[in-house]
Amino acid sequence: MTTASATESKPASPAIEKVTLKVDGREVGVPKLTPDWQGKLVPTTMLQACQIAGVEVPHYCYHPKLPVAGNCRMCLVEFGLPAMGPDRKPILNEDGTPKIIRQTLPYEPGTPRGAIACATPISPGMEIYPNSPATKQMREAVLESLLINHPLDCPICDQAGECKLQEYSVEYGQSQSRFVEEKVHKPKCVDLGPRIVLDDERCILCTRCIRFSKEIVGDDALGIASRGSHNVLTHYPGKPFDNNYTLNTVDICPVGALTSKDFRFQMRVWFLKETKSVCTSCSAGCNIVIGSREGRIYRYTPRDNDAVNACWMCDYGRLNYKWIGREDRLKHVLRRTAGGKSERTTWTTALKEIGAKLKNTAANATAIVASARQTNEELYLLARLGKRLNALTDSVPRRGEPDKLLLQADRNPNSTGARLTGFLQAAAGSNLRKIAEGIQEGRIKTLIVVGEDVTKHGIDASLFSRLDLLVVSDILPNAAAAFAHYVLPGCAHTEKRGTFTNGQGRVQKFMKAVEGPEDARPEWEFLCDLVFETTGLDGLASIEGLFNQMAKETPAFSGLTWAGLGDAGVPANSLNTA
Amino acid sequence: MPSEYRLILKHADQPGYTNDLDCYLRHGGYEVLRKALSLPPRILSDGRKVSAQEQIRDEVMLSGLRGRGGAGFSCGLKWSFVDRKSGKPVYLICNADESEPGTFKDKQIIYKDPHQLLEGTILSCFANDVHLAYIYIRGEFVQGAKILNRALAEARAKEFLGKNILGSGYDLEIFVHRGAGAYICGEETGLIESLEGKRAYPRIKPPYFPAVLGLYLCPTIVNNVETLCAVKHIVAMSGAEYAKLGTPNNTGTRIVSISGHIKKPGYYEVEVGKVTLGELILDPAFGGGLREDRQLKAVIPGGSSAKVFKAGEKFKLKRRGPDGQMSTVEVGVLDLPYDFDSVQQAGSMSGSGAIIVMDDTADLTEALENIAEFYAHESCGQCTPCREGSLWMAKALHRLNHGQGRKQDADYLLHIAKHIQGRTICAFGEACAWPVLSFVSKFKDEFQAKGAADEARRSRTLTAGAGPGPDLRIAASPEV
Repeated sequence: MTTASATESKPASPAIEKVTLKVDGREVGVPKLTPDWQGKLVPTTMLQACQIAGVEVPHYCYHPKLPVAGNCRMCLVEFGLPAMGPDRKPILNEDGTPKIIRQTLPYEPGTPRGAIACATPISPGMEIYPNSPATKQMREAVLESLLINHPLDCPICDQAGECKLQEYSVEYGQSQSRFVEEKVHKPKCVDLGPRIVLDDERCILCTRCIRFSKEIVGDDALGIASRGSHNVLTHYPGKPFDNNYTLNTVDICPVGALTSKDFRFQMRVWFLKETKSVCTSCSAGCNIVIGSREGRIYRYTPRDNDAVNACWMCDYGRLNYKWIGREDRLKHVLRRTAGGKSERTTWTTALKEIGAKLKNTAANATAIVASARQTNEELYLLARLGKRLNALTDSVPRRGEPDKLLLQADRNPNSTGARLTGFLQAAAGSNLRKIAEGIQEGRIKTLIVVGEDVTKHGIDASLFSRLDLLVVSDILPNAAAAFAHYVLPGCAHTEKRGTFTNGQGRVQKFMKAVEGPEDARPEWEFLCDLVFETTGLDGLASIEGLFNQMAKETPAFSGLTWAGLGDAGVPANSLNTA
Repeated sequence: MPSEYRLILKHADQPGYTNDLDCYLRHGGYEVLRKALSLPPRILSDGRKVSAQEQIRDEVMLSGLRGRGGAGFSCGLKWSFVDRKSGKPVYLICNADESEPGTFKDKQIIYKDPHQLLEGTILSCFANDVHLAYIYIRGEFVQGAKILNRALAEARAKEFLGKNILGSGYDLEIFVHRGAGAYICGEETGLIESLEGKRAYPRIKPPYFPAVLGLYLCPTIVNNVETLCAVKHIVAMSGAEYAKLGTPNNTGTRIVSISGHIKKPGYYEVEVGKVTLGELILDPAFGGGLREDRQLKAVIPGGSSAKVFKAGEKFKLKRRGPDGQMSTVEVGVLDLPYDFDSVQQAGSMSGSGAIIVMDDTADLTEALENIAEFYAHESCGQCTPCREGSLWMAKALHRLNHGQGRKQDADYLLHIAKHIQGRTICAFGEACAWPVLSFVSKFKDEFQAKGAADEARRSRTLTAGAGPGPDLRIAASPEV
C-alpha cells in the first residue's frame, strides 16, 4: 500500500537472506527465515517454500496462525539433498551440477522417505518433489487412513462444500478403499459447549482446535482422551467449552467435526453468497465475510487481516447479526400530521419538507445526536449539516468489558470515525445533557437523531413536545420515533456500503450483502439528499464520490480513496486530530 | 564354550545380595563415584585442561557404548550432541519405562541392584553438568518405584546425592516419576511430554531433538537403565578396557531376555557379539534348547517390534577380516552373532535384547494378531498412519483368525504396513509395521492358506444355507 501514513513508521528492513532450492524441478529463491505463528523469525519450512513457488502442498493440521503439530502427515513430500563429500563439499555430477540424493528410508534404501513439509526446514540446494509419484502415493495412503474410520456422511454434514477431507479426496485420493473391517464408532452429537457440537467420528484429530484454544485464547479447555484409533476430542470434564472465541474452532476445523449450533443445518454453504464486510460489535473492526442467501443472513465468518484480527473473531460479534432480520424493523417513512397521527409518506416528500424546515432554522437552535455505529460517510454528512446549522452534536458512548484478544471496551464500531470526521468535537456523551437543557430552556428547537434511542441517554421523551422539529432515523424501533415529526428507516451495515474507522484508526470498507426491508434506505443516501435540500451541495450521490470528497475535506483521511482502501483497509493519517 | 559374562548383573543374583545401600557398599558401591568426583583435571601437552567431566565423557565415547534401550545409538555421540552453550540447565532422564514385549532386563537391575543404577546415573549427570535428573519408571513397576525411592533416600542420607555430594561441591537431585501405563512413554520425546505432565505424544523432530529442546525445552539426555549402569563400569575400568569386551563397534556386555518356547527362559548377560543367536536359544548355558525336541519355527531377535527371523533363513553379512578387507559371508539364523550390526545386517534389529522363540506348534497368524493387538492398543493415536493403520491390521488379523479370512489378506496386510513405516512422528510406526511386514512376507503361505481355507469353508456353508458367521468385532473400546 503506497498510502502509508505519517504515523506509520516502517522499521528498517534488514537484507533478507535467501536460500536457493528447487521445487518440482524449478529453482526458487526463498527467504532463509520466515515469521512463525507468533511472528518470530524461524527457518523457512518446505511447505512455505512450496507456497512461494506456487505449488500447493495439501495439509490438515498445519495452520499458519497456530504452532506446528505435524500429526496429520498429509504434507509428507519426497525430497532430495545435495550429496556431500567427506570434505563437506557438494559432490558434482559429470555435467557440473550438484549431485542430489533422493532421501530413502535408512533401513530400506529402495523406499523413498517423506518429510512433513510443515515442519521441515529448508536447506540450500534441497530439492522438493511435491508432485512425484512417491509423494502422491504417501498422500493417497494418508487419505485412505483418514477415511477408513470416517462415517462418510457428507450428505448430512454441514461441512460439505468447504471440507478439506472432501476436497483432498477428490484431488489427491483414490476412488476406492481396501478397508473391509468394521469402522470404529465414537460419540456423535457431543455437546461440547453452548455454541459447539462435536461429531467425534468425523474428527481427524488434527488438534487445530486444541492448539487454538490453548495458545491463542489461553483457555486450555480441549484435549484428546483415550488412545490410538479410539482417540476422541473432548473438553475438560465438567467444564463446557465456553470462551468468547469457541466458534473459531468451527472455522479452522478442516472437517465437519466441530459445527456451530447457530449455523448447523441452516443452509448448504455452496448456496451462500459471500460479501466482504466488517464486524460492528466493537471498535476492533474485525474483517468478516457475510454469508447470505435470498436476502437473509446466515452467518458471519472472519476474514483474514493481519493488521486487525488475523483470521479470528469473537463469538459475541459473530452471533450479533440476528437483529438485522427482525420483523419489527422500521420499514416506512413516516410523517406526523397536524393531528398528531403518523402517516406513511415518500422519501422525496419527507426530505423536501425537512430540508425546507432546516433551511429556515435559526443558528444554534439545532442539535444532532448520531450513533457511532453510523459510517464515516454518514457522520461526515451530519458534521457538514451540523456546521451549517451551527448545531450541537453528540454521540452515545457504548462500553463493555474487553478481553485480551479482540473484543474492545468501546462497543461502537466507529467512535474514531465520529471524531475524525469532525462530527464529535468532545468526548462522546458529553453534550447530551447540554442538549437536554437546551431543549428544556427552549434554545434548541430542532433535534435530529440518527441510530440512537436518545430517551435512554438523558433526553427524556417529555422534552420532545418543546421541539419544532424532531427527525428520527433508525433501524430498529426507537422510543423517540413515536414522537418524531419524521421517521426515516435506515439500513444495517449489511445492507449498504461504507467505511468505518476502527479503534486503531484503520479505515475499512464494507460491502452490501442484502437489501434493506421495504422503504429502508442507506442513511448516507438520504443524508446526501438532505444536505442537498438544506445547503444546496450536490454531487455526492455515489459512495465512491462521497468517500473521496470526505477524504479531501478531512485531514485524517487526506490522500485516501475508496478504491485505494482495498479489502484490508488503510490506516488514517493521524489519531491526534481529536 | 559360550558362557555368561556378568558385569552389570555381577552381584544381582548372588545368594545374600540385597538391594539396600549397606549391601551395595559392602560390594564396593559408590567407590567409582567417589573417585570420579575427586578426579583432577588432566593437563594436556598444549596446556589445555581437561576437566573431570570431560574425561568421563571421553571415556564413554572411547568405550563405544551403544544405547541398550532399543536403537543402539552411540551413547558418547548422544552426549556430544547436548547443547552446552544454551545457558539453560541440562537434564538427564533415566528411561526405565521398559515396555517392549519380551524385555525384562531393566527390571532385574532396578529390583535387585538399584544403587548400581543410581551410581551410573549420578556419574552420567556429573559428566554432563546435570543438577536435576529423573528416573521415569513404567507405572506397572510399582515395587520398582518403591525400591528406587528407598535407594534414593539412602543415597541422600549418605551424601551420594543432594547438595555438595561427598564434599565435591557438586549438587544433584534425582526424582522417580511413575508412568501411567503406556508403551509410548518409552519413546524419549513422548516420555518428556509425559514427564512435563502432558499427554505422551511424541514430539516432531525437527525441531524437538532432546539434546537441544528436551525437557521443558532444555537440553536433555535420555538414557536407558542398562546404559547408565554400563557408564559406571566404563568409568571404573576405563573406556579402552570396556571396549575390549564384546566385539568391535559392539562393545561391552548386554543383558538378553529370552522367552518363548524354550527350556530355560530368562535373562543372560553376555559379551555383545561373542555368542550367536543359536547359542542363546540352544546352549545349556542360556535358553537350553526347545522343549520336547520340537523344531524351531521363528525367532524374534529384539523385542516384539523387531522383524522376525524364519528358521533356516540365511543372511549375507559383510565382515571385516583381520587384514582389514571386507568380505561377505553367508550365515544362518542360528549362527548369527548376537550384536547390533549383525542382526541389523540380517534385516532386523537386536532392539531391547529380547529374544522370543517360537517352535513348530506356534500359529504365526495368531502370534502376529497378538502382537498387532498390542500395538493397536498402545498407539498413542497422534499421527494418522499409525493411529489408523495399527488398528486396521489388528482387525484384519482378528478376522483372519476367526473364520473370516480371505486369500488376499496377506497382501492386504502388507499394503497397510508399508504405508505406516517411515511416515510417522516416532519409531512406533516401524514398531507396529515391522512385525506384520516380516511375519506376512516370510510366512506368506500360512497367511494365504488360512484365508483360502476360510473362503472355502464359507462357500460350503453358504451353499448349505448356514446362519450368520461368528461375531467378528474386535473389542471396540479400549481399557479405561
